[in-house]
Amino acid sequence: MNANTLKILLRKEVSLMKRNPIIPRLIVAMPILVMLIIPLVATLDVKNVEVVVVDNDRTELSRRMVADMDASEYLSVTGCYFSYDEAFRQVESGKADAIVTIPKDYLRDLTNGKRPELDLKANGVNATKGTLGAQYATMSAAHTLVRWQMEQGITIPVQEAAVVNLYNPTLNFRNYMIPALMVVLLIIICGFLPTLNLVSEKETGTIEAMNVTPVGRLEFVLSKLIPYWIVGILVVTVGMLIGWLVYGLVPEGNVVNIYLAAVLFSFVMSGLGVFIANRSATILQSIFMMFAFIVVFQLMGGLFTPIASMPRWAQCITYAIPPRYFIEIMRSVYLKGGTVADLWMQYAALSGFALLFCLIAAVTYRKRA
Amino acid sequence: MDKETVISVKDLTKKFGNFTAVDHITLQVRRGEIFGFLGANGAGKTTAMRMLCGLSLPTSGTGTVAGYDILRQAEEIKRHIGYMSQKFSLYENLTVWENLNLFATIYGMSAKRIKEKTDAVFRALGMENMRNVLVKEIPLGWKQKLAFTAATLHSPDVVFLDEPTGGVDPSTRRKFWEMIYRASSEGMTVFVTTHYLDEAEYCSRISIMVDGRITALDSPAGLKRQYHAGTMDEVFRIVAKDAKREN
Repeated sequence: MNANTLKILLRKEVSLMKRNPIIPRLIVAMPILVMLIIPLVATLDVKNVEVVVVDNDRTELSRRMVADMDASEYLSVTGCYFSYDEAFRQVESGKADAIVTIPKDYLRDLTNGKRPELDLKANGVNATKGTLGAQYATMSAAHTLVRWQMEQGITIPVQEAAVVNLYNPTLNFRNYMIPALMVVLLIIICGFLPTLNLVSEKETGTIEAMNVTPVGRLEFVLSKLIPYWIVGILVVTVGMLIGWLVYGLVPEGNVVNIYLAAVLFSFVMSGLGVFIANRSATILQSIFMMFAFIVVFQLMGGLFTPIASMPRWAQCITYAIPPRYFIEIMRSVYLKGGTVADLWMQYAALSGFALLFCLIAAVTYRKRA
Repeated sequence: MDKETVISVKDLTKKFGNFTAVDHITLQVRRGEIFGFLGANGAGKTTAMRMLCGLSLPTSGTGTVAGYDILRQAEEIKRHIGYMSQKFSLYENLTVWENLNLFATIYGMSAKRIKEKTDAVFRALGMENMRNVLVKEIPLGWKQKLAFTAATLHSPDVVFLDEPTGGVDPSTRRKFWEMIYRASSEGMTVFVTTHYLDEAEYCSRISIMVDGRITALDSPAGLKRQYHAGTMDEVFRIVAKDAKREN
């Protein structure tokens, strides 16, 4: 390892980066945009389920049920219809997500000790919204019923389970997303920017001018990676600051654990990036390869959808997806105050992948064709 | 191999799949020579040169450059040669000085020596005012001089020039050859490919490649005698008339 060579190469990279019209701006803008916008839009919380009601009972109780639903945070009653067919047309035209039908003589049957049933139909096209919407409507109706019965002096022993949510007490989806979103930033900054940089040297032919000199492969590759590692760490810092200042989310655990995971994950992504660069002759090829990895990493790494709810075979595959471990560490440190000792398996897996990918990158990097 | 031989290869071959780009070439180049490497487009000149520079691994054959083995000591060879590729390949977004400093430092030159050498070169070429200009902003003729300078600043044993004068006007070409002569007079061996047959006359010896093979190798005068030709142009036409590859 030649320190002078590495120094001059780093100076070259910094000069080139500063004179690049896009990269410095991207590095500043991307983390801010990702951290400000994605937590707001990437949410699985179902709100504003639009309900239409067919009230065949038209009593005080039925009207109260409808009013309670409308008042709920999650539901909004967009219309009352006289017939089911009319209500159904609303669902068909996409204007409503669910239909609640209150049967005729609902109140009378109830008072007479019978067990009349509400009818609930939900649009299953958006499965999450349909399922949750139906649940919310059921809960709302049950709640109204219980209160009404209490007011009437009818006491039915109801067991209400009190649930306390550990670690994320308000079940805020943002608290789940923000720690994990940093994975997106590191994938792009430490994995794909250096790849594009290396491949663009191939396209312009400057890499050949380098390959014909005695420059060491290690020095050359490190000069490509070190600037992005530094940028990656800065970006994680900015991400944490935005999480704190904008969303009031502070890690429960030690930030050192976060930086350790970020550094390891940066090595993983850099190794992968250099490997892709070694195998691509043009920027277009490298972009297609990266895109394949981005899609798998983001959709299967547990970023948006929990790994635990994937089919068994898919869960097995996720063990081979490095972002999975980084995301687990981030969520655990942020929400549960996880430590390296708690998360040693994840750290070990990240270290293993870092070693493996860097080895593959080293073996496939050639100065001679 | 006597010690005055700087490049010596035997049966050097490069195949890409079924295509034999370079087919068993054998040649020797002596120290201080200007060796012209001629051939039509696609004859295999660049591939052969890339093998000599350690950029391309030969399929078979042996050889040494600057005393080091082509197959096993490519990185050692790179310390003792300079290479100017056909395609301009300095960093366009670095200044003239930054480019020269970068390459000279990689070749292990000290900061003091780099400064002395670049000052001398800038003076000789009248480029003092271009020192801090981005390379992308200087004209083509200057770019080629700069690329030559970057390839020779560390005083290599051999400098490889791949069509160094492509696309420039006759007067710039003449000036470029003056630089080549100066380098040669300082003891550098010059290995140059070209399409211009008038330039071939400036070389000490010439080889002509046809379809991956070397079919003629001698001094310009010797070749003209051998083929009973008046000019290098005629020699080239006689030698290359049986070429099968696309031009």
